[in-house]
This record gives sequence, C-alpha cells and structure tokens, in this order.
Amino acid sequence: MIAFLVRRLGQALVVMFIISLISFSIQDNLGDPLRELVGQSVSEAERQELRDEMGLNDPFMVQYWRFLKKAVHGDLGNSYFFKRPALEVIMEKFPATMELVFGATLIILLFSVPVGVYCAINPRSWLTKLMMGLSIVGISIPVFLTAIMLIYLFAIGLGWLPSYGRGETTMVGFWETGLLTRDGLVHLILPSVALSSIMLPLFIRLVRSEMMEVLEQEYIRFAWAKGLSRTRIWFLHALKNTLLPVITVGGVQIGTMIAYTILTETVFQWPGMGFLFLEAVNRVDTPLIIAYLIVVGLIFVITNTIVDLIYGLVNPTVRLAGGQA
Amino acid sequence: MPLLEVRGLEVKFPIRQYELTALRDVSFSLDKGQRLGIVGESGAGKSVAAFAILNLIGRPGYISKGEIIFEGANLAKMSPQQLRTIRGNRINMIFQDPMMTLNPVLTIGTQMIECLQTHQNLSKGKAREVAIEKLRQVQIPSPHERIDQYPHELSGGMRQRVVIAIALLTDPSVIIADEPTTALDVTIQAEIMELLVELCETSDVALMLITHDLGVVSQVTQRTIVMYAGRVVEEGPTRQIIENARHPYTHGLIDALPERTNPGMRLNQIPGVMPSLNAIPKGCSFHPRCEHQTELCRTELPGYVGQEGIRIACHWVASQEQQQ
Amino acid sequence: MIRYWQLFKESAFLYRFRRDKVAIASFSVLMLLVSLSFLAPLIAPFDPYDPAGIDIMDSDIPPSWQEEGDPRFSLGTDAQGRDMLSTMLYGTRISITIGLFAVLLQLFLGIALGLAAGYFGGRIDSFLMRLADIQLSFSTLMVAIVVLAIFQASFGTELYNDLAIFMLILVIGIAEWPQYARTVRASVLAEKKKEYVDAVRVIGLGSGRIMFRHILPNTLSPILVISTVQVANAIMSEAALSFLGLGMPVNKPSLGSLINSGFEYILSGSWWITTFPALVLILLVLVINLLGDWLRDVLNPKLYKD
Repeated sequence: MIAFLVRRLGQALVVMFIISLISFSIQDNLGDPLRELVGQSVSEAERQELRDEMGLNDPFMVQYWRFLKKAVHGDLGNSYFFKRPALEVIMEKFPATMELVFGATLIILLFSVPVGVYCAINPRSWLTKLMMGLSIVGISIPVFLTAIMLIYLFAIGLGWLPSYGRGETTMVGFWETGLLTRDGLVHLILPSVALSSIMLPLFIRLVRSEMMEVLEQEYIRFAWAKGLSRTRIWFLHALKNTLLPVITVGGVQIGTMIAYTILTETVFQWPGMGFLFLEAVNRVDTPLIIAYLIVVGLIFVITNTIVDLIYGLVNPTVRLAGGQA
Repeated sequence: MPLLEVRGLEVKFPIRQYELTALRDVSFSLDKGQRLGIVGESGAGKSVAAFAILNLIGRPGYISKGEIIFEGANLAKMSPQQLRTIRGNRINMIFQDPMMTLNPVLTIGTQMIECLQTHQNLSKGKAREVAIEKLRQVQIPSPHERIDQYPHELSGGMRQRVVIAIALLTDPSVIIADEPTTALDVTIQAEIMELLVELCETSDVALMLITHDLGVVSQVTQRTIVMYAGRVVEEGPTRQIIENARHPYTHGLIDALPERTNPGMRLNQIPGVMPSLNAIPKGCSFHPRCEHQTELCRTELPGYVGQEGIRIACHWVASQEQQQ
Repeated sequence: MIRYWQLFKESAFLYRFRRDKVAIASFSVLMLLVSLSFLAPLIAPFDPYDPAGIDIMDSDIPPSWQEEGDPRFSLGTDAQGRDMLSTMLYGTRISITIGLFAVLLQLFLGIALGLAAGYFGGRIDSFLMRLADIQLSFSTLMVAIVVLAIFQASFGTELYNDLAIFMLILVIGIAEWPQYARTVRASVLAEKKKEYVDAVRVIGLGSGRIMFRHILPNTLSPILVISTVQVANAIMSEAALSFLGLGMPVNKPSLGSLINSGFEYILSGSWWITTFPALVLILLVLVINLLGDWLRDVLNPKLYKD
C-alpha cells in the first residue's frame, strides 16, 4: 500500500510540476501584471523601479520558486476581472462542474454495463444489432451538437425541460448544490445526457468487446462444466473480469470528460469551471486561467489515483502492498 | 449395464458454407470405477469427445448424431437445465491448463463453495468445511489459509490440485480429465497423476483420461481407446493394446515412445501428419501414413473387427484375421 | 503497377468490400463529400471568401423551398449574407484538410517515436511510453483547448485567425501521437522476436533499413484501421475547438465554426445555419467511423490495448 502510494505520489508530483511550469510561463508571458496594477500612465523609469520592487526582473528560477511557494499556499493571484483571489472564484464554480460530471457518470454507469453485457451474451439478437448501430451513430455526433439537439427538442420544441443554467440551488457548507431541489435536478438532466452522449456508446462498445473476449476464456468454460447457473457465470465470473479493463479505460476517459464539460457548459450556459475558463480566456484573465489549469490538474491526479486504487481492490493479481506481483 | 455409454456420436462444426465433421461414429463405454484412456495425436478429436459428453463443445460445434447414455438418461437430448444437474455434479471435468482454468478474480474458496451450493443444499459454512476437507485430501498444506487465496498466489501444481479438489467436491461418479498434467512442470506430472488415480480409486470414481501420452495410459488405465481423425481406430484392454497393438497407427504410437527407442537413436516417429478436418482422405483416413496401405484402404472406410472387447478399424488387420 | 492492380482486384479485401452494403454506401458518401468539397471553387455558386460578393442585405434568408426563401440561395444564407451551400462546401474542405493533415502529423510523429521506443528499448522506451501515458490521460481535447486558448490570448485574435488552420493541425497532430506510437511499438516488439529480423540483421543490414523495409510494412493494417478512426476524431476535435471559438475564424469557417455562428441564431428561428453544417459534419464523421469499423472487422489487426 505504502509503495503504491509513494509511486502514485511521485507521478502526481511530476504532473503537477509540468502544470506549474506551464502555468508560470503563461503568467510570465501573458499580459503585464504592472499594467493591471498601475495603468499605462507611469513613466518607463518608474516602471523599471516597480518591476525591481516586485521582483519581476529576478532570474527565472527565483521567480518560479516564488510562484510555487505562493501556489502551494493556494495563492494564485487575483482575477483581473473579478478582483478577487482566482482560486476562490474557481472553487465557487467547482461544485457545478462536479455535479454535471456526476450526473453524466451516473448515466454512463447505469446504461453501459447492462447494454454492453446484453450485446455480448446475445451477439445475434436484433436488439444487439440495433444497439451497435446506434452506438456508432452516437460516437459520430459531437457533444456540442447533441447538446444543441437536446435543447432544440426538449426545451424549445416540447418545452419539457429547462435549457440553461442550474436552476434553484442550496448551500451545503461551502458546496452549492443543485441536487437537493426538484428544479436543480430538472436543470441537470439535459446537460448530463449531453455530456454522457459520446462516452456512453464508447463504453457500451468497450464492455461488449471485453465481455465477448472474457466469455471465450478457459475459466468460463470450466464454470459451465461446473454446472453453475447462467446468471452466476455471466454476472459474477465473466463480468468481474470484464470490468477490470473497463475501469482502466474509464480512468483515462476522465480527462476527456472534463474537456467535454467545457463544451457542455458553454452550450447550456452551465455556471461551472469550464464556462468560467472560456470567459477567462476571452478576457485574458491570466490568474483565472492558471487557477483553472491547476484545479483541473489536481482533479486528474486525484481521480487517476482513485481509479488505480479501485482497480487494485477489484483485481487480486495487483498487489497494492508491493512485493511480488 | 455400463455407467456411461456413448453410441455412434457425431459432432459437426458448420464453418461458413462447409460443415466439418470433428467426430465420426464414436462409441465407447465406461463402467463404474473404471479407468479409460483416450489416446491420439492433437487434432484426433479426443478433447471434442470429452467435451461432447457434457455438451460443452465450443460454438459453432454441435452433436449431430448419437446417444450419450448416463445412468439411464440420454445426455445428448437433455435440456440445458437438466444438463446442469449432471455437469459439475455427477460428471466433473479437469482441464488441461490450471493457469487458465481457475477464475483469476475469485478466491479458491468462492470457486469451490459455489459448486457445492449449486448442486447440494448446503449452508455456506458447511460448504466451506467440505471444501477445506477436499483441499486437505489433495494434499494442499494449510488449507484453511489457502482457501481464501486467489489462484495467482498458488503454483501450477497447487492449482491443478485445487482443480482436482473441485472435481471431487460433489462425489461424482465420473471424472473426465483432459490432458491434466501436460501443462505442468515435468517434475510434478507423475505426482499429480498418482494423486488423481489414488483419489478416484478410493472414492470409486470412474476416470476418463484424455492424453496423447501412451506411457501415462499404460500406467493408469484399464481400457484404452485410440483415436485418429475423429474416429476410434482401436479399442481394447490397455495391456492388450500396449503389448499387442494391432492397428498400424497404434503400432506407430507405441514405437514412438521414448522407452521403445534405444539410447542415442532417433525417436521412431510416424511419417506425415494428422490430416486437418477439412481434408480427411477418402477411405481409411490413416492410409497416406500407413505402410500396409492397399487399394481397398484408399477407397473404403474400414469397419470394425475383433472379439471380446477388442475393436480394430483396419483393412489390413481384417485380412489377417480372415487368413487365420 | 498493373500487377498490383491485378492482385488488388482478386484480393479478399475487395471481395468482402463488394459484399458489404454498409461499406459500399459509406465509401461512396465519403468520396462524394470529399470530391464535392475539394471541387468547391468550381461548383459553389458563390465565393464565401470574397467580401465583395456578399451583401449584408441577403442575411438570414431561409432555404429556397421555404416561403421567404430566395431561389439564388438553395440552402439559405447565414447572418452575414453568405450562401449556406457555398460556405458549407468550403467549410467541409477546411474540416477535411485539417483532419487529414493532423493525422499525417500524428502518423509521422507516432511512427518515428514508436519505432524508436520499440527498437531501442530501455530508457528511451520507458521515457517515451511514460510520456505517452501522461499525455493520453490529459485527453486531446483538453490539451488542445488549453494550448489554443493560451495562443489566442497571447497572439491576439487578428494574428491568431490567420494562423488558425496551422495551429489546429499542429495541436491535434501533436496531441494524438501516443495512439500510433503504442501500436507501432507493440508491433515492433512482436516483429523483433521473429526470426526473419535476426536473419536480416545477420545479412548485415543496418537498423534503420530493417525498421523501414521490414517492420513497417507489417504494421500497415493496424495503422490503417487507427488512421480511419483518427481522421474522424480529428475532424470532431476541430469542430469542437471551432465551436468554442478557438478554431477557424468566422471569415474562413469550418463546419464547426459555422455551427457555432448559427447557434446564436437558433433561438430566433434561423435553424438552417446550424442544421445543415451539423448534418454534413455528422454524416462525414459517421461514414468514416463506419468504414473504420468495417476495416477493423476485415483486417482484424492486433491493436494496442492497455
């Protein structure tokens, strides 16, 4: 366990180091912090003096170290636009994005495994053919188009569901949630469906192909020879082995999912981090861009670690304790 | 009445527009507590025959003809539900490679207890006790700890012991063992085989041993069947076959045994290879490799000759019998 | 040449293609879209890049079969008064161009790095593969969004608009190299074990020669299968980036930026500005994906898996 955590921590540090370097170079090159502070009217001599005072003329490594020290303490500078600490602004939007991801993940989990398994054990059924056909169409429709179509159909056309925003939210501690009110939940439906629309067919196909491969294995044949019931063979013996690679791929797909939140949030004007990030890009709000990068980097690192842990727990051949594999 | 009787079994594999015949007119029987060897090169149809008994042939293969009578019922005609009461309960199997046979993500205990709970009305605790007892019988040290381990934590030999324990769990009347030691380390092959035979003997279980190794068969079994290209070519008491083989193919197999070869000499291999299923020669399928082949062998499928539990499918043997 | 053509005509590949209706249909639609879009300057009724030919008075005209339609603009016009049909033809050309060149770049990088990793092994191998892991975990779209956002912010929109097509090719091309690198590496490792590579080495051919003349041809079918899917993915990524305003500018729109520009007007009823390019985009990606699926079935290559 400890060896695993140490290795994981090492990888996380490397990733965060890369992100911090990128972030720092953005800060260094994008926009002039001096202009943000004092405006254009100050003379060149005074500017140089101020630059010296603020340490902007120090060597790269010195500046980077200073940036890093502040960053570790959560100080990523003030947002130019909001005039408040950038991290604070981002964290306010964090729950909205997380709840969107949660909704989409729930949809993916609920549908991909049953449908994938069904298609694997009934390879010749017409329903399987229909599902596989639909899934390739699903993969071919970009997320933002699905989002637009959903809005057009369910919000504008039928008027069943709201098309933008989070609706009514409540505060639970620092966490602004839309999961506790009916209005908030209704607002979550379309964005979650849109966000899951590409991943779901991808996972259905993945579950199906992995399961079909597992069903060919010798231990499944042995399970049949033991006279076990079909349900036990399919849903215990085969499914548990199917889920291992699915978990791994799922971990990789988290990155894609976060990227798609930017698209989904834009279409639905969902007040999350991705929407905020795009606004920050348009306003060249450097501290906010950096804060977003760092928060997203942390999400990657943390979720990948969790996925690895789950994988280790499900797969007995991976020993978290280290030692012989 | 024999415990298990296979009559005229035929298995086909439809592949695209062709239908390949993997087994042709296979018949044999097995008495209570008897040990029967099925011998042949790889591709002879031994494994297909073994799996066909429990209707476990991989798709798209199917039983197209024949009967498999076990305790008075025809397994070939049984519904999947009825078959499940036989599989893993009355007739159990041991597979070739213990590395692939056990499910890697379930503990040994889970894989044993599920058999008992499927076929016998046992509580989980009781089933666990039975499982531990069986692990002890197959000489696994500290079974109390081993039962909660995963397959990858055990060595190959240990795993095959577990598989044997699983096969013995429900006190079956037949065990079908498909090359049970080939995948194991040479040093422990004999040990595992000895254990299997001993346990079958003490529990009065009939053993159907599928192997390409005539040496093993000669030490273990009472009766032997020799298969070639999906057909039984010779059948008889094991001693009779080893000491007085009549079919040229059986001759070839025996001559190829290492102990039949003088040290330093080349092994006496049968020339040529087993034909693949889509290219089985007309007439006697062994004729292209046979030194006694005649025109008759090339055109006509030989019928069986022999007496007192001995059967041989060979024109050459038949002509010798007639001369006597 | 004639001999190769003869071989191809008799191959199982062509035989299976001719028996598969979905494959034939997909291929025909793809060829139609590609040829129409690349013939755009010849067949498009208007030149959407020529500001002189665009009249703002013509903006927002619905398709010609609708009541307020104008027979000059069969599929209507967008908010700037450009003919939708012409703009889409040019836009499809841009989308396909970016998709193709991005994949060519991926191919080049992926094959070079994959060959290096597989052939030299050791430190080079583990470094490259670790790099691939990290890059894959960040997802192409995420990397592309961040990189393009930063470039847009630092170049300023004007300059960026001129460079957009190169930036898109570069970013999508660089972000996806691990796909190829892993597959090529796996193939190299598999081939390296085979005897003929040893045999060739014994003859005294250099390592570069061995890689290009002997190993590479054996990785062709997995590369072909991946490439098909990758072109579809690249076109989708480009569309997504353009939709976010990080891709092709409005005056030189791809399908994605057309959809984006129409999205603002969809609520006011101008559905055609979004719908037509969206349909073309979906159709284009779908037929490529269907062909990719079919190729995977027919060639059945050993693809890299985690």
